[in-house]
Amino acid sequence: MVTEVAEPKPIARATPPDYLHDGRGIWSWLFTLDHKRIGVMYLVGILTSLLLGGIFALLIRTHLAIPALVHRPGQTISTGESAAVIVGPSQPTPPGAVSSQDAAAQLTAESEAATAASTVQPTPPRYLLTPKEYNRAFTLHGAIMIFLVIIPGIPAALGNFVLPLMLGAKDVAFPRLNLMSFHLWLIGLVFFLVVLFTGGLDTGWTFYTPYSTTTDTRVTTAVVGAFILGFSSIFTGINFIATIHFLRPRGMSWFRMPLFVWSLYATAIIQVLATPVLGITLLLIALEKNFGLGIFDPKLGGDPVLFQHFFWFYSHPAVYIMILPGMGIISELVSTFSRKHIFGYRFIAFSSVAIAILGFLVWGHHMFTSGQSRLASMIFSALTFSVSIPSAIKVFNWLATMYKGRISLQTPMCYALAFILLFGIGGLTGLFLGALATDVHLHDTYFVVAHFHYVMFGGTLVAFLGGLHYWWPKMTGKMYNDTLGRLGALLIFLGLNLTFFPQFVLGTRGMPRRYFDYSSLLDRHPEFAGLNLMSTAGAYLTAIGLVVAAICLLGSLRWGKKAPPNPWGSASLEWRCPSPPPKENFLSPPIITPAFDPYDLDQVVYDPETQGYWVRQTAVT
Amino acid sequence: MATHSVEVPEQFHQTGEQEHHAGEHPAHLAHHFDSMAQQFAAGKLGMWIFLVTEILFFGGLFCAYAVYRANHPEVFVYAHHFLHKNLGALNTAILIFSSFTMAWAVRAAQLGQQQTLRLCLIITLLCAGAFLGVKYVEYRQKWEHGLLWAGWYHPHVTDAEHHGDAPPKPVSPVTSPTAGKATTSQHTPESTAAATAGERSEYPGEPRLAGVFFSIYFCMTGLHALHVIGGMIAITWLLIRAVQGVFGPEYYGPVDYVGLYWHLVDMIWIYLFPLLYLIH
Repeated sequence: MVTEVAEPKPIARATPPDYLHDGRGIWSWLFTLDHKRIGVMYLVGILTSLLLGGIFALLIRTHLAIPALVHRPGQTISTGESAAVIVGPSQPTPPGAVSSQDAAAQLTAESEAATAASTVQPTPPRYLLTPKEYNRAFTLHGAIMIFLVIIPGIPAALGNFVLPLMLGAKDVAFPRLNLMSFHLWLIGLVFFLVVLFTGGLDTGWTFYTPYSTTTDTRVTTAVVGAFILGFSSIFTGINFIATIHFLRPRGMSWFRMPLFVWSLYATAIIQVLATPVLGITLLLIALEKNFGLGIFDPKLGGDPVLFQHFFWFYSHPAVYIMILPGMGIISELVSTFSRKHIFGYRFIAFSSVAIAILGFLVWGHHMFTSGQSRLASMIFSALTFSVSIPSAIKVFNWLATMYKGRISLQTPMCYALAFILLFGIGGLTGLFLGALATDVHLHDTYFVVAHFHYVMFGGTLVAFLGGLHYWWPKMTGKMYNDTLGRLGALLIFLGLNLTFFPQFVLGTRGMPRRYFDYSSLLDRHPEFAGLNLMSTAGAYLTAIGLVVAAICLLGSLRWGKKAPPNPWGSASLEWRCPSPPPKENFLSPPIITPAFDPYDLDQVVYDPETQGYWVRQTAVT
Repeated sequence: MATHSVEVPEQFHQTGEQEHHAGEHPAHLAHHFDSMAQQFAAGKLGMWIFLVTEILFFGGLFCAYAVYRANHPEVFVYAHHFLHKNLGALNTAILIFSSFTMAWAVRAAQLGQQQTLRLCLIITLLCAGAFLGVKYVEYRQKWEHGLLWAGWYHPHVTDAEHHGDAPPKPVSPVTSPTAGKATTSQHTPESTAAATAGERSEYPGEPRLAGVFFSIYFCMTGLHALHVIGGMIAITWLLIRAVQGVFGPEYYGPVDYVGLYWHLVDMIWIYLFPLLYLIH
């Protein structure tokens, strides 16, 4: 027998069982220390939560379509007090609604002359949801989407799976801490489910005092749940920092790491530095509510604005926890699918760190209308603008990477392109809100809703989906149907724009957010009806797109072709282990040559036999 | 603490080299690390980052302290007289001593001195218990006198039944005594008890919203006490492992990490003591 000369291609020899089959039964999953299984469990949990949050979103949008459909001009009793009438039904006035009232009052002022002040109080109309249910629906939509979906989404699910692979490591630095972080996430989920089934929550996801300490809904349970989720997030952050510091293979210096790793590092810094402040704030809310601590209660010498400072000190950096890893994914996708070295590697890497640092200095822009001093507002406004510099650096570098590249519009790249456009819109409209003068006008209108959905959904979730489609073959060992995947991406892109672009228009025309019923505004603003209907239609289109994406991915598990180790032709390390990887990831530890570069796509060669790629020996010995 | 971080790198190298020579897998090396040194360094970094999160966690309260002290300076000056400087000082001494024994325990583990390690851990544990004991005495007095956080603040002098207890050591009030009670008063509601019969109006020096101080006091010391309890659990676990004899020159990471945590708990108290007890 003549043994064949070992081919340079991976998987030439007998492989150990892949991680999906290494150990059977539910317990081998729930108590695994394998970062890949933990990542997959996170993924399943997060997608389930996404479904739950999405159902609430559809409920809200369906509810909001009804006034537009049933309203006939002149039908509503239009009174000079319509602002009060509107706010009245959605009884517990949401935080910040003071200025909503102001906005509505401005609207009413326009036609004040025409309508005599009448004291008739129309009974609240019964649409799909009652006012109380509506408040619970938008609160739980926000809380679930933020705490359970987009904060852990990319780092904990995709990052957990990919980070050690990208570093050529066997696992994260602290596998037990990793498992504990997942268990804490599950416990947090249970708390939110308890909230959902025992009276709900109606404070908005921000838990603003004094409302949150006086409402009779399940604030304590929700706050404890969010506290636990915060620890889950901190543990992930600690783990990632230690992993990136100590588990890089010899030869992989900081500037040879894939950019996704850089973005996870920057994210982890924020998770570690910001989340504890949320923890203590939530703890104080719980104590205040249950024991009358008085720390946020002016009657007892406290200060409710302090709560807002504490809350946004976490929650503004938290939006960078959400978006930074998404940007990291886009950096990977844009380079791989343009078949071109990433442009401006160091700038992209440093811009992630810059965003992480600047992100800590801008929380006051959530409080321009909260009675903050004018000087503070001006400083926060200026600092807010400065965040756009590193963000723009990234966008321009992506564009420069694509310039003269060989762009292949495979599914992940479709998501990447969608991201760049949607994030561009979301980011630029952020400047409107960061500018003091325009913010006072736009505050608490649908403009804000549209802005953060463009960034959070159009940014984070689209990047998450892009990353999911990108690493799906690695995670499952299956190729999905690319056409179906692209269709899903297209539908989501169109649906998102249809949902949220009209909201920019609504917002600039003064439609306040969080209103249960806006029918009394329709007489003066008949265009609100059409715009709201468009928005609702867009929500359903997005939902269809998500279902198509789900069918595409889940269908691949059943019918998908076997995935090669490197289906997309990336030079990064995670594609050099089998798909799906065995328990210890690499058949032999990857060796980093002096020429190693995760974006050196010239060394990547297509192999028609496996329909995948491999990296030429000069890069790996 | 400083001494550790200086000495530790030498230890790395030793263990790293030993491991290299032996060429076999050390018993306490996790599969995903290459060497004990790498494992130790990763663990240590992880612990330091965790301590940073702890500082930020308390940072929120320190920030609240600053805001409330700036908003209600008179409350802080008035109310801190109700705290027992001596008990606070005793607790400070106990914690500093326990930090010393903890540091010694780390050294003992590095040198493989099993007996010393066990002894030091036991002493540290006892100190932590003593700290909580003193804290309990303080809390009980506050509870009895209604000196609670703002929502439950109802200062009163206790009835005769409570007088059976050893009365708290007097602290002279600077601001509160007024002409009326200057004679007896050594001070605080406790001792003015008999004279004033527990009526609030009998504390003429009391500023508005005095409960704010106790909100902060209970939050900060309560959270700190929870951390002490957490530390005690960790030290107990170390003690069990030490009795099993797992720690030695090659593997002493956990002792070091818990030691760092314990020093932080100590340090936070060192800030709390002057901020709450020694206000001028």
